[in-house]
Amino acid sequence: MSARLRWRKFLSNFMLTMTGVCAFVSVAILFLILGYLVFNGGKSINWAFFTKLPKPVGETGGGMANAIVGSAKLLLASSLFGVPIGFLGGIYLAEFSGAGVASVVRYAADLLNGVPSIVIGIFAYSIAVLPFKHFSTLAGAFALGLMMIPITLRSTEEFLGAVPRMLREGAMALGASKWKTITTVIVPAAYRGILTAILLALARVAGETAPLLFTALGNLYWSHGWGQPTASLPVMIYTYAQSPYEDWHRQAWAAGLVLLGLILIINILARTILSRGIAVPRG
Amino acid sequence: MATANPTVPSAGPLLGSRSFLSKLKDGDEIARLITFLFAASVVLITVLLVYELWMNSVLPRHKFGLSFFVTQVWDPVMDQFGALPFIYGTVVTSAVALLIAIPLGIGASIFLAELAPPRISDTLQFFIDLLAAVPSVIYGVLGIFIVVPLMRTVIYPALNKPFGYLPIFKGPSYGVGFLTAGIVLAIMVIPYIISVSREVLLSVPRDQREAALALGSTRWESTWKVVVPFARTGIMGSIFLALARALGETMAVTMVIGNSPKISASLFAPGYSIAAVIANEFTEATGDLYLQALIELGLVLFLLTFVLNGLARLLIVVTTQKGSGKGNQ
Amino acid sequence: MKRPAIMLAAVLAFGLLAWAQGGLLINGAGATFPNPIYSKWFDMYHQKNGNINFNYQSVGSGAGIKQMTDGTVDFGATDGPMTDDQIKAYETKRGAEILHFPTVLGAVVPTYNVPGVTTALNFTPDVLAGIYLGKITKWNDPAITGANKGVNLPAQDIVVIHRSDGSGTTYIWTDYLSKVSDEWKSKVSKATSVNWPVGLGGKGNEGVTGLVKQTPHAIGYVELIYAVQNNIPYGTVKNSSGVFVKADLAGVTAAAAGAAKDMPADFRVSITNAAGKTAYPISSFTWLLIPSKIQDATKRDAIKGFLKWMLSDGQGQVEQLSYAKLPKEVVEKELKAISKIQ
Repeated sequence: MSARLRWRKFLSNFMLTMTGVCAFVSVAILFLILGYLVFNGGKSINWAFFTKLPKPVGETGGGMANAIVGSAKLLLASSLFGVPIGFLGGIYLAEFSGAGVASVVRYAADLLNGVPSIVIGIFAYSIAVLPFKHFSTLAGAFALGLMMIPITLRSTEEFLGAVPRMLREGAMALGASKWKTITTVIVPAAYRGILTAILLALARVAGETAPLLFTALGNLYWSHGWGQPTASLPVMIYTYAQSPYEDWHRQAWAAGLVLLGLILIINILARTILSRGIAVPRG
Repeated sequence: MATANPTVPSAGPLLGSRSFLSKLKDGDEIARLITFLFAASVVLITVLLVYELWMNSVLPRHKFGLSFFVTQVWDPVMDQFGALPFIYGTVVTSAVALLIAIPLGIGASIFLAELAPPRISDTLQFFIDLLAAVPSVIYGVLGIFIVVPLMRTVIYPALNKPFGYLPIFKGPSYGVGFLTAGIVLAIMVIPYIISVSREVLLSVPRDQREAALALGSTRWESTWKVVVPFARTGIMGSIFLALARALGETMAVTMVIGNSPKISASLFAPGYSIAAVIANEFTEATGDLYLQALIELGLVLFLLTFVLNGLARLLIVVTTQKGSGKGNQ
Repeated sequence: MKRPAIMLAAVLAFGLLAWAQGGLLINGAGATFPNPIYSKWFDMYHQKNGNINFNYQSVGSGAGIKQMTDGTVDFGATDGPMTDDQIKAYETKRGAEILHFPTVLGAVVPTYNVPGVTTALNFTPDVLAGIYLGKITKWNDPAITGANKGVNLPAQDIVVIHRSDGSGTTYIWTDYLSKVSDEWKSKVSKATSVNWPVGLGGKGNEGVTGLVKQTPHAIGYVELIYAVQNNIPYGTVKNSSGVFVKADLAGVTAAAAGAAKDMPADFRVSITNAAGKTAYPISSFTWLLIPSKIQDATKRDAIKGFLKWMLSDGQGQVEQLSYAKLPKEVVEKELKAISKIQ
């Protein structure tokens, strides 16, 4: 074997091993992050974290009960705002629209999707906070909902479009109107994919902090109703991590663990649902 | 796009030819109208967003014009605002991030697409997708408590002692700074490079590889000299996507960049990015010019990410089409 | 199809439940300087009056002023009194006057993290101005060692830390530097947000304290209690009579003594670099910003009630957190001014 050939073979094995190293490092980073959060967050999580309200500055023993509920409310309201728009808009694109209108809507959705979250925050401040003269959960939900729309829209369109012609034609042969076909045949066939997309959109906005700084602000107490400022997990993490207090650092780790745990669970759930496959008729 | 199915003819061309109730009952027209309204609202919201950004940045656009982009000064007291330090910070941190993430990401995607058996490839990809789901604020926390001390104790001495004469490695160590932010951003964008590059590499037709191997190339040579160039445009697309994400990152950057609107050659110096300054100063910008200068920065960021995302999409589509179209030559 | 219907019903029920009102919420935002005492006060007041919640967000004086002007919060807080322009902007936008109510006296201290130095370093005005102008760059600069004989200062670069957000503490610091350094006055001047010649930015008093704590060879300026609560050393400052004073209750009270007698009707006054042998030179009042017109009667009464409590019982709490009480004359004037809130 010539020297040159030996070198090429060596190089080949070396470089390919390096790519393995790259892949290993990339995945290892995830486990390091998780490990760090579990370690630091785990020892900080206690019952008080889930049930108590924040204490005055410098005092220990407070918790993030209001932030947990606040985040839950924000996610609920943002889904109620963003999902119907994305879902129904996606139905329009997949079932009713012509090519021209469809590409305009799609383009707008892609544009909206690419807007950095801080800019969404600016927009939400001028639309949902200034005119009403107060920060509120609804304003935060508006900002987060905006971010859910493009994912929901594109996924709905995609999964509805993937439903086989057989199903549509079968329904129509039976005399069903378009709308009936959509609601009783097409959407149920595509629901797994759409649900996955909604869950992924939810997971994405659950961790968003920047838009909330300008809309939901923060609250040391329970936020009643939907028109008051509210605490949220991401904003609490942001505030506490940058403070000098050890107790607040501890709580930030705990909150980070809870938040990341929630997001990862949603992601894993979503992907498992999708991998079970979209219902396809037999025969 | 509307699926190519024969449309059910809408009930009766004339209003009176079918009873109102029966028209309502099959509801196609209403459904079309309602879903159209929702679809239209997406367009409306987007237009409104761009409109608001444009209208609410009118003061600095008129006062500074294009000099906004080349002025270094950010002085709220004197009402002098220039975007250069923030553009610089955004560009530098993103460049550092890409310099770290591209080799790692492409290397990993090659491994996943070419070497790993499908089950392992899918499993690893699954974990990498989870990495993409970690929120920015958590990266920020990890940045503060892990990367910053690491920078101070390990990375700075390792780079500054031997290479401290180079402008990029000069100066004292603060822990925070351009390099720290770049490292955190790199971790955040690696998943994007990996998942898209893996997709485009997988879409390269088999015969390309096999032809190269048949001609006597080693595994690496066929990958690096044939497959990767074939997918090159798509990989570029993944890089643009990663760049677009890095540019818009707010929380992780503001927690580790040092928040100082200064342009500095050293990577260890503190800096500022567009997203970070908006996050810090927006709720307190007293004075219309100040506030609108921040909004103009937001507009700039928006335009940058818009262009990059568009380019990215184009490149990725072109590559995957190339793979399926020209495959069997 | 039953399951989605049940889920929807559950969601709506949760939504309606969350709509249930509970207690009066009064939102405020502003200075981080007095946040330790404000959060204690509001917590105590809430214990006394269970259904009144003062939700104070410590986001910086700049944000407090801005949010008041935008009308998105019920009250604000700042340690940099509003400028005439800002007051005019408020009156134009909101159609009412903005009232300043001093709450406590506090001190801004130069805090530092120099490994090996645990004693209080002495800082002259020139040294502080020089460091923040970027002209004094090393800890063992003669100007610093000259005032600190016997202390072993390293030949390391000084890591300067300032605020990244609009800050009343910055206002107090830059107000002081403008008075003692002509160069500072012309180059940088005083405001809640300035064009810093050098340094890193931390968010809030909390962020600056955190950065100083974690960064060797750093110097920052924070309100006294933040240095005390976090056990980081802070230095003495030479006052206008040439005495090096360490920030404490006596020094701050002495600094306010002159102003107490001549307090203007709108309570906006600067007491930095005050005369007096025992005065601490970087002292300041901090103010609550209250609109002169509050439409909601329950909110108005709650705010007035809190102000009265703050000026009486509340003052008894401040010293344990290292803030100084308001001078008697100022308290009397404020009690009268509360009637201006309609």
